[in-house]
Amino acid sequence: MAFVALGGSAPEAVQQAPRKTGRVALLLLLPGMSYLALFFLTPFVSLVLTSLKQPDPSGVIGRYDFGFELGNYAYAVTQYLPQILRSFSFALVATVIALAVSYPIAYFIAVKARNKPLLKGLLLTLVVAPFFISMLLRTFAWKQIFSNDSWIVNTLKDLGVFGADSYIIGTNFAVIFGLVYNFIPFMTLPIFSSLDRLDLRLVEAGADLYANPATTFRKITFPLSLPGVISGTLLTFIPISGDYVVASRDFLGGPETAMMGNVVEANFLRIQDYPTASALSVMLMAAIVLLVSAYVRKSGTEDLL
Amino acid sequence: MTTDFAAQGADLELVGIRKEFPGFVAVENLDLKIPAGEFFALLGPSGCGKTTTLRMIAGLESPTQGQILIGGKNVTDQKPHQRTVNTVFQNYALFPHMSVLENVAFGLRQRKVSDPVAKAQAALDMVELNHLAQRRPQQLSGGQQQRVALARALVNRPALLLLDEPLGALDLKLRRQMQIELKAIQIEVGLTFMHVTHDQEEAMDMADTVAVMNQGRIEQMGAPEKLYDRPKTAFVAKFLGQSNIFVGEVAEADSTKVSISFKGHKLTAPAERVEKSQGKVAFGVRPEKTMFHESQPQASSDVNILGPGTITDIRFTGVSNQYQIDIPEIGELTVFAQNVGKSPVVELGAEVWVSWRVEHGFGLADLPSGEEDTE
Repeated sequence: MAFVALGGSAPEAVQQAPRKTGRVALLLLLPGMSYLALFFLTPFVSLVLTSLKQPDPSGVIGRYDFGFELGNYAYAVTQYLPQILRSFSFALVATVIALAVSYPIAYFIAVKARNKPLLKGLLLTLVVAPFFISMLLRTFAWKQIFSNDSWIVNTLKDLGVFGADSYIIGTNFAVIFGLVYNFIPFMTLPIFSSLDRLDLRLVEAGADLYANPATTFRKITFPLSLPGVISGTLLTFIPISGDYVVASRDFLGGPETAMMGNVVEANFLRIQDYPTASALSVMLMAAIVLLVSAYVRKSGTEDLL
Repeated sequence: MTTDFAAQGADLELVGIRKEFPGFVAVENLDLKIPAGEFFALLGPSGCGKTTTLRMIAGLESPTQGQILIGGKNVTDQKPHQRTVNTVFQNYALFPHMSVLENVAFGLRQRKVSDPVAKAQAALDMVELNHLAQRRPQQLSGGQQQRVALARALVNRPALLLLDEPLGALDLKLRRQMQIELKAIQIEVGLTFMHVTHDQEEAMDMADTVAVMNQGRIEQMGAPEKLYDRPKTAFVAKFLGQSNIFVGEVAEADSTKVSISFKGHKLTAPAERVEKSQGKVAFGVRPEKTMFHESQPQASSDVNILGPGTITDIRFTGVSNQYQIDIPEIGELTVFAQNVGKSPVVELGAEVWVSWRVEHGFGLADLPSGEEDTE
């Protein structure tokens, strides 16, 4: 059961400062640092520079000169405010739903199945199983399931829940559903890993000290699983904010569901408005960094991590 | 919640408790009554069912059969949070995400007791840890954590306090100190304590009543001195201190004395100290009640004599020495002798006789396992 290893209760590391930070350490850091320099720093600088470019005087579409055109940002915001807001609200809603769905799964695997290694391994495998199939294919499968002549839509119409011209694809529901579906494993695994290390004797101690099961969960189990909840929500919220597959018209989205990722994609690949696309990307990145650091600080996890 | 909280301890009664786990029976038909305000110790080797018993009283396990009564009230079906019982867990189980103070105040807050912080602080005062109230449990030493766990349980003034080997993780010196403090606190607060331990010295030292448990049953229960003086089964005779045990057929029995014939020797014990006076019976005597003689002592009806044998081993333990004596045809005997004069009293290899007074012997209700052996 390879996945059991994911939650293995490793003994806590001893707090000890390294005795030497010599040349060997620097040498070992070199590959990682160069990787980051090459594949993160370079594109980032290029992105920032592109976001400040101005149109070439020749007027040829897709040709831009270096400049300091801050107007690109103002243009991006005024032009795409609905998509920006939609991105973050979709990400928020999908993260909350994914948390609500994943926590019980993670709890069951980590606590209820704790002494049943076979069941635990099987369930963990099932959580990870969707990764064995390409995300594009899976999302496309949902497009089929929700398509206008699918049995789901037809049944809903037969039942009278849906009118004759109702549909699912292209609605907020379809997009959020797809996002939640795709990111459940990213939410489940970190929470599982936290709950797997939960000392159940603490839960017993809570019950012994007059806390009913709900209070024990609220005051002991949940706070102790908070590191997993934080990583899970970050691993879900950040990629969803920039996701462009699920909400795209080729998959579960429609004209009314475009998110920032779709706008960036359209500007880069279709309209060839590179500065606006870059400005949007930079803003997305900055917004996520701000939101995440505020979130981590608010939840006070420095203490727990 | 309408649970009442006792200012005083309540009595605990277990009626016909049985606990089965898949594949084995942990506790078999247990009947037990602990009077209010008593310090009770459940003593036994690991795996004897003592921790399972404690967990059933706390409500963390439910018995397969039987009833648990606290203060005369049947609590068998109550959940742990509904029981007026608190536990000091073996590993302390302090909440790592709360300060020491919040740990202690936890139970009070759940019960919505007024002024929980002040009461928690008073409890920390009692265990002399008020200066560490704001620390996290993992920043404390083992002994300090133990005191926090004790304060966290005691602050609730439970009708019954359960202690699950709470001193096991401490070093010997700290353990002795905590034993004294724990006993002092119990007397001060007047609550009923139930202490589960495998340390016989700890049990005898602290408890008013000791129950020796083996393989899911209570073998014997009573005051520590009584249990030590008059063990009734071979298990108790060996688990609580040491014993020399001799097995033989009953040769004579009257209203005052019972004698067995043990490999050609006649061993006698007072009739009121013998559980069984027919057939094959095991007699025992404590090693400190035996003496040796360098010449054959005068036979007398007041004394049992075995020997001669050879001293094969001497172990120095400080105040006394433990001597192993090998008597041909009979086997090994253990004798403790105080080091009041010269030490050792006799040299290794010396030829000695062993004797003990008839009134110090006891007769057991059962035979030691591998019954023909003598020890």
